[in-house]
Amino acid sequence: MTTPRLDPPARVLVTKIGLDGHDRGSRIVAAFLRDAGMDVIYTPPWQSIGAVVKLATEEDVDAIGVSSLATDHLIVPNLLEALRAAGLAHIGVVVGGIVPDDERPGLLQAGVSAILGPGASRDEIIEHVAAIAAKSRQARDADFEESAR
Amino acid sequence: MTKEAVQLPLPGFDQACGQWRAEYSRQIGVDRVVKNRSGIEIKPLYTPRDWSEAAYDSDLAFPGQYPFTRGVYPTMHRGRTWTQRQLIGLGAPEDYNARVHQILAAGATAISFLPCNSGFRGVDCDEVDPVLLGTCGTVANTTDDMDVALKGVPLGEISTAMNDPSPFTLLAFTLGVAKRRGVPWSSISGTSNQSDYLSHFIANHMFLRLSLSGSRRVLLDHIEFCLKRTPNWNPVSVVGQHMQQAGATPAETVGFTLSTALQYAEDCVARGMDIDAVLRRFTFFFDISISFFEEIAKFRAARRIWARLARERLGAKNPASWRFKFHGQTSGVDLTRQQPLNNIARVAVQAMAGIVSGLQSMHTDAYDEAVATPTEETARIAIATQNILREEAHLCDVIDPLAGSFYVETLTDQMEAEILAVIAKIDAAGGMFKATEAGLVQTMIGESALGFQEKIESGEQKIVGVNCFQSNGEDRPGKPTERPDLERMKAHVERFKEYKAQRSQDEVRRALDALARAANSPGDNVYERVVEAAERGVTHGEIVSCLRKELGFGHPLVIA
Repeated sequence: MTTPRLDPPARVLVTKIGLDGHDRGSRIVAAFLRDAGMDVIYTPPWQSIGAVVKLATEEDVDAIGVSSLATDHLIVPNLLEALRAAGLAHIGVVVGGIVPDDERPGLLQAGVSAILGPGASRDEIIEHVAAIAAKSRQARDADFEESAR
Repeated sequence: MTKEAVQLPLPGFDQACGQWRAEYSRQIGVDRVVKNRSGIEIKPLYTPRDWSEAAYDSDLAFPGQYPFTRGVYPTMHRGRTWTQRQLIGLGAPEDYNARVHQILAAGATAISFLPCNSGFRGVDCDEVDPVLLGTCGTVANTTDDMDVALKGVPLGEISTAMNDPSPFTLLAFTLGVAKRRGVPWSSISGTSNQSDYLSHFIANHMFLRLSLSGSRRVLLDHIEFCLKRTPNWNPVSVVGQHMQQAGATPAETVGFTLSTALQYAEDCVARGMDIDAVLRRFTFFFDISISFFEEIAKFRAARRIWARLARERLGAKNPASWRFKFHGQTSGVDLTRQQPLNNIARVAVQAMAGIVSGLQSMHTDAYDEAVATPTEETARIAIATQNILREEAHLCDVIDPLAGSFYVETLTDQMEAEILAVIAKIDAAGGMFKATEAGLVQTMIGESALGFQEKIESGEQKIVGVNCFQSNGEDRPGKPTERPDLERMKAHVERFKEYKAQRSQDEVRRALDALARAANSPGDNVYERVVEAAERGVTHGEIVSCLRKELGFGHPLVIA
């Protein structure tokens, strides 16, 4: 299956929250998504949750990719909560990197759209992010029409 | 039986070789192009036409002899095998202490200290979400914390590798503990790992604390301090690991790392330090990938190049200064999340390459490192892997056992040429500091990383369980992740807050003022003031934030 390209292109924020600075993964993924035609907003590591929410609002993103190597995935549920509180519940959040198996269900339950581990292929990453962005865009537009009515 | 020296190639060589070539071509049809990770084309066969003993004296010599291609010491692993140095660090200081005593009881003579991610970030434990505390390293923000962490550890007898980026607060806390216990600083031995700030700006932003120029200043102060006050401490470990982990090829990695070592050495000389005093205390830290022969050639070439650079370019006179001593860590990026038990085999191959290369100390990764922070069991298997290779596999019987192999010697020469080309490029850019500042090195590594990833995507580089031999079933170990007890960590934060409240605030203020003043007086030694501040109860976060204010914050220099 191929998700049709969004027009205007999907806007994706690629970031790292928390304490870790291993950013090889986030930089490579940012390049993959950019080359696949998405608009990528990239941040250096160590973003606060508040900063990510602010950027997501200002940049009107469809999806947020959070890269985590050293346990920062543990605070992703806080990010989801902050997004909901800011009225950005439609934005899909993808976690990439190292998430132990027994900690995956907790993240999914908290509302993470997908978790992509090491070894995920470029196509798999692009496919997931594109699908999630398309869904988020649809939800946003539906909300917009709802409120315009 | 002694063999007569024979002149190679033997008569009839060319005819036999031609015959082999014809048969090879007939059977294989169209041969594929094989290249190693450094981009060197690998032939199907190597012969005396590729490498002969002619340059033995100048290029290889004997172990412990210049240019040290065959090893930095005369006895190598036949005399003393490598030091097993596993990274440890978790939870609160008392958790670390319990783990260290287990390791010492098991016979370890060297330990390591890995701080909590909050420490790497340069903040104290009361400044972050407690759920992130102690997950990857130990929380140690004060001399008191370090005292607990090292309780019962014979400080003057054990060598410690501190993962301690600039401004080296962990060593400062340790020196504070030594003073309390009456252990002379001259007996403290170990290494400031993660002192190589250039590697952090280039390839591992995890360790960024101070600005590039601020880091340069503090490292030099640290080296100067250590040469005078802690003569058994290695203040610099030049790290190739980050770069190779970030995607540099093995040849690029060595080129960048030796260029970095040149930069630090030249900076020290410009400060008026004696080159031999400085180089004697340099150590290197590298990644060992699974590209077996390439890694071996890499390390052999690195020894030879460094010896020549140290002697000829830096003018060091003492043979001890020419020795390329290195710690190796098996490469984490070669490990896979899929079918993780396979990683035990990968680590064994990587470790074999490191041992045959003649490393001085080693960390073997636990097989679950691509999935989680290692558990006690997986860490035990990682150590057992080293024990098996040392005790059962007869790898240590012969020094530099692959020397004289037409392939390995040819590859060593080719890797040397590649590495020298990288060093020449960095020289042309004005040295490693300038090349890093300009983003040149980061760009080169980024391109190599993407290139390697493309090869995996296209299937040209096969990885078992990832792009071939995949399995559909449940292939992961079901062990629950070990996380520090959240209540214990919260209790530690409470104790820390109490500690801060009951210190002499005057002392703290005076120590921080002195630190800030030193940062602004080029003639003063900042690290001297860091050590004093640590003794007076100033915390890690306070020291780092003071220096960030005075010397600038460490932001990544580049670039998606």
